[in-house]
Amino acid sequence: MFVLVVGGGKVGYYLTKELIEGGHEVVLMEKDRERAAAIVEELGSVVVPHDGCEGKYLGEAGSNRADIVAAVTGDDEDNLVICQMAKHHFDVPRTIARVNNPKNEQLFRHLGVDEVISPTRMALGSIEQDIPVHELLHLAALDNELEIIEAQLQADSPAVGRSPGDLDIPEGCSLFAVVRNGVATALRSDTVLKEGDKVIAIGKADCEVRLHEQLIGTTSGAAAS
Amino acid sequence: MRYVIVGCGRVGAALAEAFDNDGHDVVILDISTRAFERLSGEFKGQAIRGDGTDEDVLRKAGVDGADVLLALTEGDNRNVMAAQVATEKLNVQKTVAKINDPVRAAAYAELGLATVCRTTMLTEAILGYLTLRPTGMPSVISPVPHVHADEATQDGRPTPAGSPAAPQARS
Repeated sequence: MFVLVVGGGKVGYYLTKELIEGGHEVVLMEKDRERAAAIVEELGSVVVPHDGCEGKYLGEAGSNRADIVAAVTGDDEDNLVICQMAKHHFDVPRTIARVNNPKNEQLFRHLGVDEVISPTRMALGSIEQDIPVHELLHLAALDNELEIIEAQLQADSPAVGRSPGDLDIPEGCSLFAVVRNGVATALRSDTVLKEGDKVIAIGKADCEVRLHEQLIGTTSGAAAS
Repeated sequence: MRYVIVGCGRVGAALAEAFDNDGHDVVILDISTRAFERLSGEFKGQAIRGDGTDEDVLRKAGVDGADVLLALTEGDNRNVMAAQVATEKLNVQKTVAKINDPVRAAAYAELGLATVCRTTMLTEAILGYLTLRPTGMPSVISPVPHVHADEATQDGRPTPAGSPAAPQARS
């Protein structure tokens, strides 16, 4: 696998290091010459000391034969352009972009980036998991705007004492597992839900409001994030 | 007509005043309020401080449904992103992005974005002057006709293969 990484900050550096250790062929592009030289000292001659946003240098770094281009600079707009140039100008089969503004996740996918990673969203997810919430928890974002969502049922949840078959679950959304006392089981249409259950669902983001009504109860519309 | 200009540099400010003088509705954005000092005291449009690549900022500035958005900041990539957000998310009819890297400018023109490249324009202008012949180089590279990704899926028509919103082949 030949991976072209653009951006030699902490993310780009450790990504390159791990990929090399995994036996992959890697080229890292870093426009800051001093930073590029420092990485060469650490990792060897895998660094192209140029701006990966410049079409000329992206070509020279070998993007036309890359299996994957990962754009992990600190600027969302740069990551978008690197991925689009890689995809459409150099026919790279798979592109990955880091986004800092979580709102850009959906936009970037819409604009053709294959995989979008949001450190902000990940940190937010971890924080939400540590706080007792009355809300839907986003566990993971998948392709095609699908999300895996967890809802912990409180005593006042309209779903307590009922089964998935009795709930009005929006189309395009599926409840597929329940975690009870730390044990995960597949959710059947006749499983009776209890207080404290964590219900795991998969669906499009626009199902959230209805899902919130069914599993958490109607509150001040806080589910719509 | 409603015109939106992202980046209040010399060109952005001059265009904003020209549109304003012609009686159009003008919104100009810049991340620095100092940039607005370039505008004359008579400018009647709105000058808003904010990031023109941020959909929420643009929406709040009333960009949704504008006739024209010109992305003229000093960052090629910011301009590309602002123009794409305007087209894909905010139903702006016509956009132009300034891209000073000629490779990127040509690539995005192929992808359906109208681009203007200062490097190419100046090179051509100077060469033309020195050789005393017009080069016939267009100053704005016209895009290939662009179809919204959403429209394409709704109508079942394919998005042009070159479009940034075209479906991607999985490897």
